Amino acid sequence: MPDVAIIGTGIHRFGRFPGKPALSIAAEAARDALADAGLTWADMQFAVGGSYEVDQPDAVVAELGLTGVQFTNVYNGCATAGSALALARQTIGQGEHEIGLILGVDKHDPGAFTAEPEDYACPPWYGEMGLFLTPKFFGMKINRYMHDHGITHETLAAVAEKNYRNGALNPNAHRRTPLPAEKILGARMVNYPLTQYMFCSPNEGAAALVVCSADVAHRYTDKPVYLRSVATRTRRYGAFEVHTPSASVAADHVPAPTVDAARAAFEAAGVDPADVAIAQLQDTDAGAEVIHLAEVGLCADGEQNELIASGATEIGGRLPVNTDGGLIANGEPVGASGLRQVRELVLQMRGRAGERQVPGEPRVGVAQLYGAPGVAAVSVLST
Amino acid sequence: MPPVPIADDLFTWPDDEPRLIGGRCGECGAYAFPLRTGCPRCGATAVERTLLERSGTLWTWTSQGFLPKAPFNGQFASADPFEPWFVGVVELPGQLRVESILVGCPEDGPAIGMPMRLVTMPFRTDEDGREIVTFAFTPDESSPDEGDLPVSPRTPGEADHA
Repeated sequence: MPDVAIIGTGIHRFGRFPGKPALSIAAEAARDALADAGLTWADMQFAVGGSYEVDQPDAVVAELGLTGVQFTNVYNGCATAGSALALARQTIGQGEHEIGLILGVDKHDPGAFTAEPEDYACPPWYGEMGLFLTPKFFGMKINRYMHDHGITHETLAAVAEKNYRNGALNPNAHRRTPLPAEKILGARMVNYPLTQYMFCSPNEGAAALVVCSADVAHRYTDKPVYLRSVATRTRRYGAFEVHTPSASVAADHVPAPTVDAARAAFEAAGVDPADVAIAQLQDTDAGAEVIHLAEVGLCADGEQNELIASGATEIGGRLPVNTDGGLIANGEPVGASGLRQVRELVLQMRGRAGERQVPGEPRVGVAQLYGAPGVAAVSVLST
Repeated sequence: MPPVPIADDLFTWPDDEPRLIGGRCGECGAYAFPLRTGCPRCGATAVERTLLERSGTLWTWTSQGFLPKAPFNGQFASADPFEPWFVGVVELPGQLRVESILVGCPEDGPAIGMPMRLVTMPFRTDEDGREIVTFAFTPDESSPDEGDLPVSPRTPGEADHA
């Protein structure tokens, strides 16, 4: 399949915008991406829209223009953006269209996500008992991981501290106030060992990308960034996952879906994880960033204490992670979150990330998403 | 009125030594909980009702530090002021790791590896005044404590939202 190029990125700031409709938020991100690419909505031959709260993101055409364009809506939980990227890649790769827009938007109420347990293959009692909650899963997963691999509470606090610090450099982040590690550790315990300031919050925002066939990218920009691969995977039998009343003991060491998605994405891209110079990882909580570093293949289990304490994952480090503040500083509008990650990689790889620019314009980047009920997406980008 | 289980075919009731009701695949032998039609390993529909082990060890745990939104409807802990509780995953040897509310744990939390056993507990009173009971795991004092200590001391969970 020919490579797909990303030639424009756009965003509507993440946060809370009372009274502002989701589709107005989406339209601003779309216009921002089109302007970045030097193109208009009428130039788009197709579009893909992703959202949890908005049934039909394609309704944004009322704001952008009723051009009759092919517009497909996708939803795949926290991996929605991965599926949107994959569909756009297939659309271009199969020669159906040459240029299009990927748009993600959401507008969530505050507080932990809620839904009907039966829609996630869980029985009603699982919800009635208070077990149908994602934050408690993340608390249990990192608690076990700390037990197995010696990860410390201080490492969790250091991850959150870094992401707030990076968020302070990002004008589009929701939380822009740096927080010292002691305050993060001392905050109220939400789900042990995770305190209030170690979690991201569902919120509002939108992000967009203009993509085209790599063959024509130089018509639009002298600095295209290529989407080399996208892989999405669901959980395997025996894996310890969100919204799972039980898992088998017969299948110990079953890889998480992120492990499977990362392997597939690196293989399809022909890229070695050791070549990754910048990463955007799903930091639903500080523990998730720690675990996902290993699950994506960027370090071994247990190396994170030293890696993080050494500053390697800071903006000036050898493997900067979540340079825009990640989910912890940006929050998680589900449909937009993964496109925010890719936008950040593209800005960094084009040398346009401003105050938070990593030195040396990284050439290979990876973005990873994970969410209920055990779905992951990994994308590999390069210049 | 006698107490009523939160769901049918979830645990043996009434029973002084309750067991969870799971399934075992007639094709591949995999265990499942709760009982459902399709096998989670091979997809076969020949899943037969089976009782799970009553005792196991704690595989992981966390505190529940905020009052969950609906569909949570438990009344076993005070909502105002909110009292956190513990949840965890208990490994039933050779069978499954099961998620559960944990009761009777030390105030600063249980320890991974602790022996645990199944109990039933009052859960809420329904609209008709009936007592609803559900299952929970509790530290098993009849068996020697082989639990490891937590990595570092923790502060007890406090009440609030993320």
